[in-house]
Amino acid sequence: MSLDQADPAALPAAGPATRPAGADGSRKRGRRSGRWWTPWLFLAPALLLFLYFKFIPMVSALTMSFQDVQPYLGNKWVGTENYATVLQSLGFREAAWHTVVLAAGQTAGSMALGLALALLMEGQSRRLGFVRSAAFLPVVVPIAVVAELWRIMYHPTEDGMLNSILGLVGFGPSGFINDPDSSMASIMVTGIWRGAPYDMMIFLAGLTGVDRGLYEAAKVDGASRWQRVRYVTVPGLRSVFSILFILAAIRGLRVFTEVFLLTNGGPNGSTEVVMTLIYKLGLEQNRLGVGAAGAVLLFVATLILTVVVQLLRRRESK
Amino acid sequence: MTVPTKTTPARSVRSRSVRSTTAPTETALGLSESRSAGGRILKAVVHLLVLIVFAGPLLALLVSAFGHVKDPTQLSVVPSGITLDNFGIAFDQGVLTYLLNSFFVVGFGLLLQVAVSVLAGYALARKVFRGMTLVLVAILATLMLPEEILALPLSLILSDLPVLHFNLIGTLAGMIVPLGAWGFSILVMTEFMRDVPRELEEAARIDGAGDLRIFFQIILPMCKPALGVIGVFGFTMIWDQYLLPLLVSVDASSYTLPLALRTLRIDPDVTPGVVMAAALLALLPSVIVFLLFQRSFVSGLSSGALKG
Repeated sequence: MSLDQADPAALPAAGPATRPAGADGSRKRGRRSGRWWTPWLFLAPALLLFLYFKFIPMVSALTMSFQDVQPYLGNKWVGTENYATVLQSLGFREAAWHTVVLAAGQTAGSMALGLALALLMEGQSRRLGFVRSAAFLPVVVPIAVVAELWRIMYHPTEDGMLNSILGLVGFGPSGFINDPDSSMASIMVTGIWRGAPYDMMIFLAGLTGVDRGLYEAAKVDGASRWQRVRYVTVPGLRSVFSILFILAAIRGLRVFTEVFLLTNGGPNGSTEVVMTLIYKLGLEQNRLGVGAAGAVLLFVATLILTVVVQLLRRRESK
Repeated sequence: MTVPTKTTPARSVRSRSVRSTTAPTETALGLSESRSAGGRILKAVVHLLVLIVFAGPLLALLVSAFGHVKDPTQLSVVPSGITLDNFGIAFDQGVLTYLLNSFFVVGFGLLLQVAVSVLAGYALARKVFRGMTLVLVAILATLMLPEEILALPLSLILSDLPVLHFNLIGTLAGMIVPLGAWGFSILVMTEFMRDVPRELEEAARIDGAGDLRIFFQIILPMCKPALGVIGVFGFTMIWDQYLLPLLVSVDASSYTLPLALRTLRIDPDVTPGVVMAAALLALLPSVIVFLLFQRSFVSGLSSGALKG
């Protein structure tokens, strides 16, 4: 098995996936040949499913966030009370902070490790292809399996798998996910283990797009390896960095399953993140309105993050 | 090797880039050029380390699934006898039902997702109509919308679908239908169908073929690579679902395998070996799909991600 590096042709297509096709004159003939509703017929299944499971839920998340939701009893309009409750609760603010810490740590860790892996394992040899494939496996393993596996590896006694490795190099047994001091870092490590190979693959695709001539030129000019990476490779990967940043940061903000399975917010609330809190509020305590307000705030945060990064990118490219 | 006083600006070297075609294997770190013994050993160590860190835990999973692990704390990379006991106990715990549930969900989910995507892709790629930009923007918007945020309203909607008044809670259909339309697949299909030459379609039209015939006999057969990409990604996406099945299922009879891992672990009579056996069954399908369709996977990954 070998994991081929993605063809560089994929890279120039990095622009918007959906340019409107109106400008193309030949398309007009296509329009005349069918009835006006033909395209809508083909689109109907997709639009109906989106309507039911994306747009209606989005609108109802918004309305729920302004209501006291009581299924079967009727909802009561409460204005911004839910938002006030959420923003004033210490639990939510702590969860928001944990989410930001976790997202930042996982994003930075995955990108740094992913870039290092990509640089170390760029190349065409068969062995490299094999190692890359093996390193990529964590990405395709279902997240629930990853969490259960790491739970066992993180067993807090001395003979737990990771603790016995720590013991070999002379460190005492760690409580990992069972100790409030190390629980967050443990979840972060698991996240990086699954995130870094993904980032590696995207970096590898980006590396194929870096102009080979520049490497050779750098060599002719006697640049050291480090200088070559610093002044040729990294600038060539700029767009890859910002895309990976957005993807990883959003993935980090909406984190749920890993935390739910590894610690479920514990011990002592030390790993409670926004999504696990929303899940508890909404489905365990039945405070759907408050939970919805939290979800809307999370959405606004992701939206702001995306827009800011896009604006920065646009300004930079000008 | 002389140490440069200053790195030369990139622009001045463009003219030499023609020569670079002679060395297509040039890499950023230039590791593949190092032929010295030290360099080779360093490379081998790095590769070994990467294997240990990323594949090691999965190897431990494999070994414990087939091993006699009684101690609840231990995972071992060294096999201590091979046994199928863990799988036997796992099947007694109903893992077969969960596995079948998972296959049912991924089978019908993928079928629905692919059908929806090719239909929508056809309209968006081969037709010009009013409101098309709006539809594209709406599809992009669904991609920007993290599904986790919709969890609470979605659970209410699934218990009583607007207008239709079906209750999908506790049914496998409730885990399938919400995944039927996926913006990523639709956009991949649209992009690919745009590149099918228009002449083919027009020739067929002159011969009197209708939209359905053009769709099935001309466009679809030319889209096999794209079908591979959306098939592989759809499979992985549906197989990896956790929150949606968690919202939909009410009891063990509708659990998917990933969900069941947690219940297995909580059960005090179940050893980690059994949990790992079930986990192995949960990870095998996606790993097999990945290994079989690596090329589709990697090309879809990079183009999809870089389109962001």
